[in-house]
Amino acid sequence: MLRRALLSPPVLISLIVVVVASTLPLYVSGYVLGLLTIAYYFGVFSMAWDLLFGFANEVNFGPSFLIGLGAYTAGILDSLYQPPIALCVAAGVIAAMIGGLVLALPALRVRGPYFGLTTLVAVLILQNFVVVAASLTGGEIGLTVPDVISIDDKVNYWIALGFMAVSGAILYGLSRSPVGLILEASGQDPVQAGALGFNVVKHKLAAFLVSAFFSGLAGALMAFYLGAASVGTFIDVTVGVQVIIGAVIGGRRTILGAALGAVFLVALGETLRPLGDLATFIVSAVALFVVLFFPAGLLGMVKGVREAT
Amino acid sequence: MSARAPKLEVEGLQKRFGGLTAVRDVSFSIQAGEILGLIGPNGSGKSTVMKSILGVERPDAGSVRVDGREVAGWPPHRIARLGVGMVFQHSRPLYRQTVIENIILGLLPDRLMHLLPLAATDARARAIAERVGLAGVLNRRPSTLPFADLRKMEIAKAIARDPQVVLIDEPFAGLTARETASFAALIAEMRADGRAVLIVDHNVKSISALVDRIYAMHVGERIAEGTVEEVMANPTVRKVYLGGALETAARPETAFGDAQTPFLEIDNLNVVYGKAQALENVSLHVHQGEFVAIVGLNGAGKTTLFNAVSGLVPYAGDIRRQGRTLRGRTAATIARDGVVQSPEGRELFGAMTVSENLDMGGHRLPDNVRAERREWLFDLFPVLKERRSQTAATLSGGEQQMLTIARALMMKPDLLILDEPTLGLAPVIMEQISKALARLRQATEMTVLLGEQNVTFALPHADRVYVLEHGRIAWEGDPSRFAAEAGARYL
Ligand SMILES: Nc1ncnc2c1ncn2[C@@H]1O[C@H](COP(=O)(O)OP(=O)(O)OP(=O)(O)O)[C@@H](O)[C@H]1O
Ligand SMILES: [Mg+2]
Repeated sequence: MLRRALLSPPVLISLIVVVVASTLPLYVSGYVLGLLTIAYYFGVFSMAWDLLFGFANEVNFGPSFLIGLGAYTAGILDSLYQPPIALCVAAGVIAAMIGGLVLALPALRVRGPYFGLTTLVAVLILQNFVVVAASLTGGEIGLTVPDVISIDDKVNYWIALGFMAVSGAILYGLSRSPVGLILEASGQDPVQAGALGFNVVKHKLAAFLVSAFFSGLAGALMAFYLGAASVGTFIDVTVGVQVIIGAVIGGRRTILGAALGAVFLVALGETLRPLGDLATFIVSAVALFVVLFFPAGLLGMVKGVREAT
Repeated sequence: MSARAPKLEVEGLQKRFGGLTAVRDVSFSIQAGEILGLIGPNGSGKSTVMKSILGVERPDAGSVRVDGREVAGWPPHRIARLGVGMVFQHSRPLYRQTVIENIILGLLPDRLMHLLPLAATDARARAIAERVGLAGVLNRRPSTLPFADLRKMEIAKAIARDPQVVLIDEPFAGLTARETASFAALIAEMRADGRAVLIVDHNVKSISALVDRIYAMHVGERIAEGTVEEVMANPTVRKVYLGGALETAARPETAFGDAQTPFLEIDNLNVVYGKAQALENVSLHVHQGEFVAIVGLNGAGKTTLFNAVSGLVPYAGDIRRQGRTLRGRTAATIARDGVVQSPEGRELFGAMTVSENLDMGGHRLPDNVRAERREWLFDLFPVLKERRSQTAATLSGGEQQMLTIARALMMKPDLLILDEPTLGLAPVIMEQISKALARLRQATEMTVLLGEQNVTFALPHADRVYVLEHGRIAWEGDPSRFAAEAGARYL
């Protein structure tokens, strides 16, 4: 079964895509590389979100809460004391995981829309904190992160690509593994899962922690790539919406599709940027179109075509 | 009986839902290698007893001991891990997974670090599938399975964990006689394996043949306990649960006035799903006021036929109502003109109360007619009256079934289509519905098309019977000839 999963078309195609993508720095401009670097971090955000939504069946409207915690914790630590970057990143990850636990508590008590609401509130609280504690966080102007991982576009690009590939492999592997099956059972029908002897709370908590781990890690790495952190790039509700739409148009419950969707969305937004506000409108329209007519997302579309032939 | 401690002991069990005491002072015990049958009318608390044992519902009082260990109040996963397994009344598969993955789920340990699938797990899942008769459908998704296979999958999941105590809620509901027999054999095997089995079902005949003892409940309490003979002979059980025999009253086809253009005519109906032909050249007719039963096994095409009449699936051929074709009309207009289907899948509004569900059915009636109709239905199903402000999702299985039928009747249909109405109903309720249908038959011109595989319910009411097999009409005639000419597979 494992071998079949590893050699399945989505995995093979992803591998080919990653290999091809890793050669891009040899022939595309720095502008495109920079864009893709950001897109890859968004790919990880969306995959981490899909684990919670697609498998644990928890509708988290606040992915940017976890991302923001990771980015800001790492960034603030660096701006204050300049410890080794790895330490800052680790602190960001830990903060995000604590945030994941905080989100999980209401999730295990209230259901569906109410949980969604609490996650939105979490985002707003974090956003307000950043604005209020301006001396620490840079407030509305943003935080300058003094260190960067590298100043070379290509290196940054490869780091982001490698990070997305490894995260994707882990998250996809998890989703296809026995614990992934238990998690999906816990999400679809907690009563049945309990009756089969599974501790639903434990599995859902684990999913929150894993999702928070990757969100926080990606957030922290992206902050070091940008050399800055601001509410608009990491915490704002629109960031979360972009992460969610990326996962949804890519294909829910597929993990890999989420990365595809996120990259597609960032690329589309950037390509259309000369159009100004119209760009946002077109991106939203495309997202709505995919959601309405291809609820299985881009990956589902491809699968559907394959099955039909 | 051996002197060993029982596998399962329940003592003074009590469970309340708000003001309603669903289970009151229930006590019994089951030995290893013993099957206890739990019977009682719809809503008497049987499923609640099972859920309280497993911890899905937290008992308000009383004790539940598994192998002598007190488990009342524990969360379900801990009780399950002590060796208690449950087959729920309604199948709840993982719809996105295949059959084999569903069974594998039952075999997995509850560990977070279980990341690599084991070949041994896969092999065991296959063996279990083989044993319950699912070997042919391992890679299909549950939504494409026939009903009986879905139930088998639930059993497979439950035995995957090798439970010492097995709770089985209505395993026979919706199964044909032959499927019931093979299920009963599976359950008998559990006894032979030394498991303690608690089983609930309304199929009195099959239960009687299978169990060692019976415990009978009514409104949450014990009314009788003992051997099958003792309990079935108990006057209270007879009165509140078994009811009387169904009466037959077929009317000859010549008794109906619309011989020229029957009320409903179906000509050469063909329905194709993808590559599968669900209905093939089906022709039949129903007279105004007539009661026609379509008898057929699971998957024979009954529901497809009804959906075609209701305008829910595309078809080739013609369907006419009082001479006018229904082709090209939407499901909504067909329904508005009085063709009402009481669907097999229940399709109630789960978050709405019983009253609200009924009012949804009668929303087009004038207020006074609706109120009158509702009173009449409450008279027919007294339990719905008691439960009128409870949400539909929390009703017992049989109560939901009653509500579905009541909602359909609320619409004052000209043609009532009943798809498997007896699924999960206690015998006494079947008798009530049967009487109500007989009364309706006299009082109104309502035409009834009934789809059933439960011929003991279908035959007594029907004026005429069609047998549907593999999407084709295999037999047509009046009920008195059914047993001799077509009954072998169904009785
Ligand atoms: N969550 C709940 N809230 C309120 N009432 C409930 C709830 N669950 C069950 N009930 C009520 O408790 C009673 C017992 O229900 P239960 O499901 O145990 O009946 P049952 O004996 O299994 O009936 P059936 O044969 O129809 O399946 C019913 O009247 C039902 O309406
Ligand atoms: Mg029940």
